[in-house]
Amino acid sequence: MVELTTTRANPMIDPAMHVWGWEIPVYLFLGGLVAGMMVIAGYFLFSGRHRNTNCACHVLPGLGLVLLSVGMFALFLDLEHKPFFWRLYTTFKFQSPMSWGAWILVLVYPALLANFLLRVPSVLRIFVPSLAELSDNLVRRAHFVKWVGAMNMLLGGLLGVYTGILLSSLGARPLWSSALLGPLFLVSGMSAAAAFVHMIARNRDERELLAKADNGFLVSELILIALFLIGLLTAGRVQMDAAGLFLGGPYTAVFWIFVVGLGVVVPLFIQLLAVNHKIVHTPVAPILVLIGGILLRFVIVYAGQLSGWSPA
Amino acid sequence: MARFGMAIDTAKCVGCMDCVAACMTENDVPDGFCRDWITEEVRGTFPDTRMEIRSERCNHCDKPPCVYCCPTGASHVQKFGGLVQIDSRLCIGCKACLASCPYDARFIHPEGYADKCTFCVHRVENGLDPACVAVCPTHCMVFGDLDDPNSEIRKRIESRKHHVLLSDAGTRPRIHFLT
Repeated sequence: MVELTTTRANPMIDPAMHVWGWEIPVYLFLGGLVAGMMVIAGYFLFSGRHRNTNCACHVLPGLGLVLLSVGMFALFLDLEHKPFFWRLYTTFKFQSPMSWGAWILVLVYPALLANFLLRVPSVLRIFVPSLAELSDNLVRRAHFVKWVGAMNMLLGGLLGVYTGILLSSLGARPLWSSALLGPLFLVSGMSAAAAFVHMIARNRDERELLAKADNGFLVSELILIALFLIGLLTAGRVQMDAAGLFLGGPYTAVFWIFVVGLGVVVPLFIQLLAVNHKIVHTPVAPILVLIGGILLRFVIVYAGQLSGWSPA
Repeated sequence: MARFGMAIDTAKCVGCMDCVAACMTENDVPDGFCRDWITEEVRGTFPDTRMEIRSERCNHCDKPPCVYCCPTGASHVQKFGGLVQIDSRLCIGCKACLASCPYDARFIHPEGYADKCTFCVHRVENGLDPACVAVCPTHCMVFGDLDDPNSEIRKRIESRKHHVLLSDAGTRPRIHFLT
């Protein structure tokens, strides 16, 4: 038996570390969602589907810009030394995932903006005719359109993986010290984006395509969650203790019922019925996927802070 | 180049907290925070128990995860003594370094930047010991160059059984506890 008593009582650190609140899970979720949107919109551009006038890909870049900015604002709110935010952009630290993320975002915004310019909303076309002219000019250049599509897919993938790597690089928190968090958050972001597009798509073929894609993402997510837990349970003592947070510990119910059950398994079941034409497509499954996606980030961020190294 | 570290004799430490008070005074640590602290560890089952009292602080690790994760270079390894330091003018308060430290040695200063033990570098640069070492009434702490085979700290470490905290975390801490 080991019993520790300490005189330390630093705010945010004791009795258990709690440095990150709601802002970081929201940022990670919106980052993942936008990453998925970029991959989907990029694929639509690359495959020529954007020529359909009611393609959902026309809505995604503008929406992505807004959602990413909301996420960035949440991140900004989390910073304790806000006036020094610009210091992120005075250096590049190769070993710091957060530095990589800051610079990836610098590339993500122009890629989203380029995609946005390919089809500017009709309101803007009326009030800013020069923008309409630029948009018409750009969309005629097939190579440019493909290039924008490819860049959106590439940067979306990087952004999605980054949201997980950010946590997995912090080895002091055993729950996070898994390289699978990168792919897990990428797949979860892809799933959330597919669910979102499935919900807003006006084109029937698109809706079917996205529902089928989302089913694939949800199955992948289940596999990655299983591998993530197996990885922790077959590692050292502290990783096993960390896995215990979801296996009998304080996060067991929310993880299995809301994240895995209602966030992945139930929508997967509903969408499998929908794509096999047993039931009609409704927003129920996509909404569950979106809620599951944000809860996954909350659970991982909060539970991870409870995990730590302790003397053997 | 020196590689500063500390050896703390747990057989001598009585947990009087003079080191904590000295640090707060010397470094103007704000109320409600501490850069060093006392930990009592009891092992075993009654009546076969053993207690170790330790004065703990940032370990100025040889492989500091707080430096690796910092996106702005605010957390850095100082050339002088290889000490892990924070430049508050570069810190954005993202708290990644707090999350990356297995010892939970850092905190956010009320002014918004990450803060922790500096090994009183302003004193060490002038040939003095860190404040905690200087005031210890039992002289249980020794500060010095771990790479100098003739230093007092090396002699103490080599002549006694010792351990570091959470060695499995892989950060190679520089504070050695003599048992």
